[in-house]
Amino acid sequence: MSGKEGEMSAVRLLVGTRKGAFVLTSDGSRADWGVEGPFFTGWEIYHVNASPADPDRLYASQSTSWFGQIVQRSDDGGRTWEPVGNEFTYEGVAGTHQWYDGTQHPWEFARVWHFEPAPTDPDIVFAGVEDAALFRSSDGGKTWEELSGLRRHETGEQWQPGAGGLCLHTILIDPRDPARIVVAISAAGAFRTDDGGRTWRPINRGLRSQELPDEDREVGHCVHRIAMHPSRPEVLFMQKHWDVMRSDDGGESWHEVSDNLPSDFGFPIAVHAHEPDTVYVVPIKSDSEHVPPDGRLRVYRSRTGGNDWEPLTRGLPQSHCYVNVLRDAMAVDTLDPCGVYFGTTGGQVYASPDAGDSWTAIVRDLPAVLSVEAQTLS
Amino acid sequence: MIRVALPQHLRTLARVDGEVVLDGQEAPTARTVLDALEARYPVLRGTIRDHATAERRAFVRFFACGRDISLDPVDDPLPDEIASGAEPFRVVGAMAGG
Repeated sequence: MSGKEGEMSAVRLLVGTRKGAFVLTSDGSRADWGVEGPFFTGWEIYHVNASPADPDRLYASQSTSWFGQIVQRSDDGGRTWEPVGNEFTYEGVAGTHQWYDGTQHPWEFARVWHFEPAPTDPDIVFAGVEDAALFRSSDGGKTWEELSGLRRHETGEQWQPGAGGLCLHTILIDPRDPARIVVAISAAGAFRTDDGGRTWRPINRGLRSQELPDEDREVGHCVHRIAMHPSRPEVLFMQKHWDVMRSDDGGESWHEVSDNLPSDFGFPIAVHAHEPDTVYVVPIKSDSEHVPPDGRLRVYRSRTGGNDWEPLTRGLPQSHCYVNVLRDAMAVDTLDPCGVYFGTTGGQVYASPDAGDSWTAIVRDLPAVLSVEAQTLS
Repeated sequence: MIRVALPQHLRTLARVDGEVVLDGQEAPTARTVLDALEARYPVLRGTIRDHATAERRAFVRFFACGRDISLDPVDDPLPDEIASGAEPFRVVGAMAGG
């Protein structure tokens, strides 16, 4: 990064935790960080995200099991917040999906897992919710309308929740064609629309899940996260429950790129801002333990579009570390070198200003981190 | 007047200190009190009762004069002490979780 870029730019991290939201800011050096918050203390903040069209427009998902869902909006970069609309009503008859015991269970709204503001209009924002559905607001979050073609897909009755619920957690809008959107649902799989959300189809060919006896099953895959580089939206990287996968055709087919990872189980996956073939994952020991292998917290980086993974350990705890990194808790900025960030269930937020080569804990004692988003501000 | 005591999180959300005071009602019920509360503070819609069904949320309870009335019909008349403002209608978050 040039000295001038460092002086003129800033990074803002939007951190959602089990007990509130935090906003972390630094100049372009990314050496010293200010911490604001908690906002909405005591509430679970599943996600905070910013509009690409207006960096001061933020949306936060605030919820508890007691009092349900609140949507908070900021128009000043997180200094002040206003509650907006929180009515998420499934269109028509909600219907049923498969429950853990194989019986049918009514579709019930629980919370918003992920907000994805539209690229060009700060008032348009998508919300991925539990029980799985995609909602859209075109008035800055005041009102929400379900894009019900997804939930009404003919496979909907077969969708089954993962351990965290039947959640729609990934929303990727194709920057070249905003009518093409990829979403992922745990544990139904990935789906794509090419007509702005009216019709959807599963895009899970090539996924193999050991729990599914039918290797070609269209749905039932526990996709944890999908990432995309904006310059190459046809290439998708997926952290599945087990397996790191790649698609070169917009999800039409997938192949495994786990290769030499110590474990191919994990939650987040992220792509370098300037190198579309540089990918980051955080291997976790297994789906029954959810801790780093050998008590060592390691980010793995592939510079070859998957496979050939290298461990990144400098500055990360390499003994007695048993935190997890959740699916929405890793992000990159767009400075050069690319900054990489992740939060842990132990309350640390780690930052790397050099594309993962070295790491520093910005904060160490937040509540369990649920999500991290990075904004690059000029 | 009718007094309503809200749990801390809902007071914060509604930006009120202490109890909420609503206009008096003839023969108030849980339903009419909550309707008036939500009309005054729209931000509370969906936090006490479900948007679509108006059913009480599972971890929310209602108390009147020291009695848990959560399972009573929502159209039952509330005690005179609530109607007169001598006692507050209490919305309580169930003690659970961490």
